[in-house]
Amino acid sequence: MATGTTPTPSATPTARRGVLTPGRAAISARHLRTDRWWLPPLVTALGLAAFIGYSTWRAFANSHYYAAPYVSPFYSPCLATNCADMKGGADWALFGDWWGLSPALLVLIFPLGFRLTCYYYRKAYYRGFWASPPACAVAEPHAKYTGETRLPLILQNVHRYFFYLALPVAGILTYDAVLGFRDEHGRWGHMGLGTLVLLVNITLIWAYTLSCHSCRHIMGGKLRHFSAHPVRYRLWGWVGVLNGRHMLLAWSSLISVGLADLYIYLVSSGAFDDPRFF
Amino acid sequence: MSYEAHFRVWRGDAEGGELRDYQVEVNDGEVVLDIIHRLQATQAGDLAVRWNCKAGKCGSCSAEVNGRPRLMCMTRMSVFTPEETVTVTPMRTFPVVRDLVTDVSFNYDKARQVPAFVPPKGVAAGEYRMRQVDVERSQEFRKCIECFLCQDTCHVVRDHEENKTSFAGPRFLMRIAELDMHPLDAAAEVGLTRSSSAQEDHGLGYCNITKCCTEVCPEHIKITDNALIPLKERAVDRKYDPLVWLGNKIRRRDA
Repeated sequence: MATGTTPTPSATPTARRGVLTPGRAAISARHLRTDRWWLPPLVTALGLAAFIGYSTWRAFANSHYYAAPYVSPFYSPCLATNCADMKGGADWALFGDWWGLSPALLVLIFPLGFRLTCYYYRKAYYRGFWASPPACAVAEPHAKYTGETRLPLILQNVHRYFFYLALPVAGILTYDAVLGFRDEHGRWGHMGLGTLVLLVNITLIWAYTLSCHSCRHIMGGKLRHFSAHPVRYRLWGWVGVLNGRHMLLAWSSLISVGLADLYIYLVSSGAFDDPRFF
Repeated sequence: MSYEAHFRVWRGDAEGGELRDYQVEVNDGEVVLDIIHRLQATQAGDLAVRWNCKAGKCGSCSAEVNGRPRLMCMTRMSVFTPEETVTVTPMRTFPVVRDLVTDVSFNYDKARQVPAFVPPKGVAAGEYRMRQVDVERSQEFRKCIECFLCQDTCHVVRDHEENKTSFAGPRFLMRIAELDMHPLDAAAEVGLTRSSSAQEDHGLGYCNITKCCTEVCPEHIKITDNALIPLKERAVDRKYDPLVWLGNKIRRRDA
């Protein structure tokens, strides 16, 4: 063989990778699926992109997030002094007055981190945005794959810490929902459509948070002898029931938190008045 | 009802091959493997296909039907319309031997690399006593028939041949999870931490939990949710969670 004609691994034509690797069945098509395999990742990508677009706009808007007695879940707790007066709400200016940007940015990092490292959302965006893989048995376009073995994706292992942080955030949103039973003057004994919206939202957020795979592990999944820990075994079982619906809860809580914010935005901006039940 | 179906079946070997067209009779109640057998009997006597039980329990007739990893004996023809072309190919992750038969020895190599169950000291074989509540998690994984469809569909090795050396695949990571959850496995006593080993020696970190293994499992084992993610969480305990690491050091006990 003449010098320089030996193919090196780096010079291997891309067409000879993956399912086209020599020795495997010689089929030129990168996949042979005949169903609409592209639909789920497309819908996932569009859904996530819509939420990212909406939440980015609302997080930076820094306006119309409070319509007494309701506060948008994007802006609670408020950790800077540049917040609207929330009348007994979670308005703690821990960051002082040097923070000049939207206060939502200080809070959203926690739910964002929780959802970004969530085992369900990882599947969703790996498939929807990164096509790794786009669908089962459909060849991915990447020449190399190291998964979650190195930076930055090895950081997905911090998911349980975001779970710990998501708990107080859910607690504060519960407090906000309870405050919805006060009227705009702070008197108890009120309920409006906004109260119902916040209650549904926080129920879904709790269900999503507790259905987390890390929660399931912490509750009892890490044990080897369930028989020695009956209470944790029972907790593990309950979380397991929720965990089986993790995808459903991830989407429903994502939609509900967006709709709760939108509702408060519309009431706050005067688009309509909050219908009052009592 | 009977009708003539259009089948495309991959014919060839490691040197090359092609999809060949066949018109073949299909009757009510038949599965894809029945049609492949009819092809063998009537039109392609030399068609190679691996099969055994025809009941979805031996894991032999794994192939890809219309691009999806399936057991041929568990794929009913009624899921296709009579006008639909049915394409049958061998599994595309493993080297082909001939026609629909692949060389799955990659999986046997990986099986040998997983350290076996370590018997507990002082308990003789036959004297093992375990509570049902402690073993039922692992029992789900024992349903595995080793059809290797999960290995076939996993993009880590399907799309990246070079990862075969470092990645055990979902079937054998599930085996590690099974042993790590086993109430009597004494691996820790001999210095083997299975969850860390899964990460360091068997490529657990390559798994990006996109759940294709779960989707194709004919035994409906929740491989991702019940084996791979719990194993990842156990690896996090050992490698990335200083609180758990410190707690284990102080208490010096294994729950």
